[in-house]
Amino acid sequence: MAESETTAPVLDAEGVSKRFGAVQALRDASLRLGKGEIVALMGANGAGKSTLVKILTGALRRDTGHVRIRGTEARLNSPAAARRSGLVPVYQEPSLIPDLDVADNLRLGRTPVDAFRHWVAEMGISDLRLDDVIGDLPLATLRILDLARALAAEPDVLMLDEMTAALPTDLVEKVLRVVRQQADGGRSIIYISHRFAEIAAICDRATVLRDGATVGNLKIEPGIEERVVELMLGGKVAPVASETRSRAAASGDSAIIPRLRLRGLKAGTRLADVSFELNRGEVLGVVALEGQGQDELFDVLAGNRRPAAGSLEVDGRPVAFGHPADAIAAGLTLVPGDRAHALLMSRSVRENIALPLLARLRDWGAIRVRDEAARVTSAIERLQIDTRAQGEVRRLSGGNQQKVTIARWIAKGVNTLLLFDPTRGIDVRTKRQIYGLVRELAGQGAAVLFYTSELSEVPQACDRVVVIFNGRVVDVIPAAEADEATLMRAAYGLSRAGTEPA
Amino acid sequence: MTRFLSKNSRTVGLAALLALLLVATKLIQPDFGASGLESLARAVLPFAFATVGMTIVVIAGGIDLSMAAMMAVASVTAAVLMEGASDGQAAIAVLGVLVLGLVMGAINGTLIVLTRVPDIVVTLAMLFVWQGVALLILNAPGGGAAPWLRDLVVGGVVLPGLPTALTEWLPKAVLFLVIAVALIWVPIRRSRLGLMLYAIGSDQLAAFRSGIPVGLTRIVAYALAGLFAALGGLSVTMGTGIGEPIPGPYLMASVAAVVLGGVVLGGGRGGIVGPVLAVFILRLVRMDLTLLSVDPNVTAIIEGTITVAVVMFGGLLAVRGMQK
Amino acid sequence: MTALNVGPTPLARIGRFMADNPLVPLILLLVGLVALLQILQPGVVNSRWLANTIKVAIPLAMLAACQTLTMLTGGIDLSAGTVATISAFATATLTPLVGAPAAILIALSVALVIGLVNGFGVAICRVHPLIMTLGTALIASGCLLVYQRYVIATGTKIPDFLVWLGTGRTLGLPNGLFLFLPFATLVIWMQRRTGFGRLLYALGSNEAAARLSGVRSWQVLLSLYALSGAIAGLTGLLYLGVVKTPSLSLALPLDLPSVAAAVVGGTSIFGGRGGFGGTIIGALILTVLGTMLTLMQIPEGGRRILFGLIILAVTALYIRLTEQGR
Repeated sequence: MAESETTAPVLDAEGVSKRFGAVQALRDASLRLGKGEIVALMGANGAGKSTLVKILTGALRRDTGHVRIRGTEARLNSPAAARRSGLVPVYQEPSLIPDLDVADNLRLGRTPVDAFRHWVAEMGISDLRLDDVIGDLPLATLRILDLARALAAEPDVLMLDEMTAALPTDLVEKVLRVVRQQADGGRSIIYISHRFAEIAAICDRATVLRDGATVGNLKIEPGIEERVVELMLGGKVAPVASETRSRAAASGDSAIIPRLRLRGLKAGTRLADVSFELNRGEVLGVVALEGQGQDELFDVLAGNRRPAAGSLEVDGRPVAFGHPADAIAAGLTLVPGDRAHALLMSRSVRENIALPLLARLRDWGAIRVRDEAARVTSAIERLQIDTRAQGEVRRLSGGNQQKVTIARWIAKGVNTLLLFDPTRGIDVRTKRQIYGLVRELAGQGAAVLFYTSELSEVPQACDRVVVIFNGRVVDVIPAAEADEATLMRAAYGLSRAGTEPA
Repeated sequence: MTRFLSKNSRTVGLAALLALLLVATKLIQPDFGASGLESLARAVLPFAFATVGMTIVVIAGGIDLSMAAMMAVASVTAAVLMEGASDGQAAIAVLGVLVLGLVMGAINGTLIVLTRVPDIVVTLAMLFVWQGVALLILNAPGGGAAPWLRDLVVGGVVLPGLPTALTEWLPKAVLFLVIAVALIWVPIRRSRLGLMLYAIGSDQLAAFRSGIPVGLTRIVAYALAGLFAALGGLSVTMGTGIGEPIPGPYLMASVAAVVLGGVVLGGGRGGIVGPVLAVFILRLVRMDLTLLSVDPNVTAIIEGTITVAVVMFGGLLAVRGMQK
Repeated sequence: MTALNVGPTPLARIGRFMADNPLVPLILLLVGLVALLQILQPGVVNSRWLANTIKVAIPLAMLAACQTLTMLTGGIDLSAGTVATISAFATATLTPLVGAPAAILIALSVALVIGLVNGFGVAICRVHPLIMTLGTALIASGCLLVYQRYVIATGTKIPDFLVWLGTGRTLGLPNGLFLFLPFATLVIWMQRRTGFGRLLYALGSNEAAARLSGVRSWQVLLSLYALSGAIAGLTGLLYLGVVKTPSLSLALPLDLPSVAAAVVGGTSIFGGRGGFGGTIIGALILTVLGTMLTLMQIPEGGRRILFGLIILAVTALYIRLTEQGR
């Protein structure tokens, strides 16, 4: 990694760290960018990529470390300051003002109109009018406009976050060409993407983050994918020697009616077409990179969102949920990914656990205190929740908070449990307990859908795994074969040859 | 042209409705003419200023419940300062009241930004504070207004060279409103500041990421609302000749006009013209009911019901939009 | 209490203590105010004063129950004062016509209907409670004016029972307690020991989480605002007995203090925290404060400013405390 010594780097971030409360999001991240270089910034979910991006673009302040642009310390106190330092980002969600028209947005950002028009035309959008209101334009167009706006500002460093995610193929090609031309013209670019094909096509180097630190800085060459996956996993590619489970009953048997059957489910802009079946007594893992449609999938299953297309069957009967209460009545209960969405932070552990018991109109009367106490206590014991600070849930540790969100459904009685990344950011011991519980529930006949961003968990908790990429199921892998490397490759769309049909 | 129409369909529709109502008024009251128009315009003036101020904060994604209370403060301050004052002193008093409005609004905005308490709570608390201030300044309606000031809004416009029969159809109050809005809001709307106001109301995160100083822009929005509240309070004093410490029904009326005028509660959308037309419509409905010799209290009920229905309908539309 | 985090800041510790024992600092404040009053005007604090203070505080506390319950869900009911006034006025004017029981029944039904309209707007149209209740208050007071025109000839009569309740004394204590004690017990029981009460806290604490747990929030909100209307109506009846002259602005002066009482009593205007117990003490504090302001001859304007600033300061403080305590 000694190639960047020829000239002074355009951007040089070193030893950057950032802590959020108890969570150390970044420990020692560094990123170096030479003139005319495109560097891919890579890392698995939770590696600290987005924190680093926010620090570089002025949305967050770093705790330690320094960032230099062209050799001078960059002031990154606000997005405006970052722009003045010469660093212009294009975020995943367009940062254009939806209610203003194109011309006003340009004026707001002091973007030169002619240059903007030039780039828009260059990327093949010919029918744009400056008095089109941003909110009326399709997402793909917005991303192009955002990019054109950034290019028109002639930045020293351009940061592109999943630039091609919402684009149709023809636009992707044009964008990649323009980006490469920019680099050849001497501009430096940070390119964040999950798509190896694009990275191989245009990037010069890849910088890999793991656990908040930069762990590798590689030149792009054939076969780079394997090396990057290795780095992201931390070299532990050794296949997991798990106690091979022999629950053959779980899958394949078409005679039994599945607990849950999805057919061509589509929702929002991300969930395109997902079908699979979930059986009783089964823990079905879901693996996907961030933003591949899994959020929408769980929302639809929990009744929190209506699907745009596709059908849902519970025990062989078609269902349509208009409210989470409908899903709960059908036995589908969700533990959402963000605990802040699930908990009454200012209320006690008991109230949090007992909430679903009181949700229906007929439970509005006097609380049957003994029954409630018995259910809550047994749920607390089963999950071993530390109740020393039970007066307010916000005072519990993250792991205990997560247990409370699960205990809620244990107290209510579990039929089908939808777990969305339940072990993110919690300690190892609690994780173990949660896997144990999930297996136990399955053993008692419950069906569990288990999305996780921590791939090493999959063999420990699941029977099968569906892998979702770009809103579609790209692979179904039995637990025995689901080692981290296999899952990671599948999640990046580098699927095994001859994928089995979903 | 068609593009202009489709973009401004709401405003065009409101204007048509207003015209229709004017025709209806003429039918109800055959001798409705220039003087009727004049008294309507004069009655609308404080409502119109309240609406303009409210529109600006709502566009910027906020709401100001202290609008009517600030108007009361401005009204009594003006009346107390102008009582027995010479023309020159009165002019200084007017300037002082306008500055006072800016300051009151800026205080509201600053408190919202600094305390991080939601705008609706802060302005509710400030509603009481400004009410108290108004009562401290003047315990009961009183004070006075400089005659030249009254002349600014009473009667029809007189233009040299044009027959009075023609110009009397344009009430001075309307002209006053148009000039005030043209001097204050139009330049802002056309500047980058105007875009920033829309931007923070439309999408705060995107605005922040585009490098807009969100907190400062919000304070400016509230300061502008305060300025228009001061104009509204002044127009109360100008219209009646006295200061009025008890806030009039301007708060609900302005919220209703804002919603009816196509400005979305939540921010980012709409303009000034729609709400102003809406406020004229609401007052005209009231006048027509009075002309139909409906009990004024019943009129108040009908007006309130229209207001609440408009707000509820707006809410339902928003709920629909979210579910989509 | 076991502290889980090491070395919390003093502010956080205060916040935590307040959250665990919200009534303790309030009672201390109340005692302090009474002591101050005694110092300002020695001899003013006696049993007569006590009975009078309780008498004045009861209607305030009852109206503040509307604010407390709605504020638990993050809402507010600014129509409470108007509803109380309407209920009182209707009772006084209808009693000569239809007799006291029927008059009271009609008055309470009207209060309930206004509450239902609020509930419809808030729960189903999702209008901000502040705007919705302010709007219905406007319409309702218009209706009251119209109604007044038609009944002015019939004269008014206040049911003796209400006068007894409002002004009578038993063992030196105001009879209002006969209504208030059961009322307060019921409200506190409801907020703590019924499913409905729990859901109020749940909605105010995190509506999204309540939704994911299967709570249909419109049902809760609709019932809540109807209940709030009914309570306001009941307060109007009691207040009629206290004031003894029906007027068109009877309970309006209680509107703002009722919000202040709930806020001072520790109910968060953002929802999820607080309760009626604190509100009762808050109402007592405000009543004592009112006596003090009268003693010091502070005009009405000054009072309003003070109440406004109290609401703002307490709310801002709560935001700080809860963020620190996180």
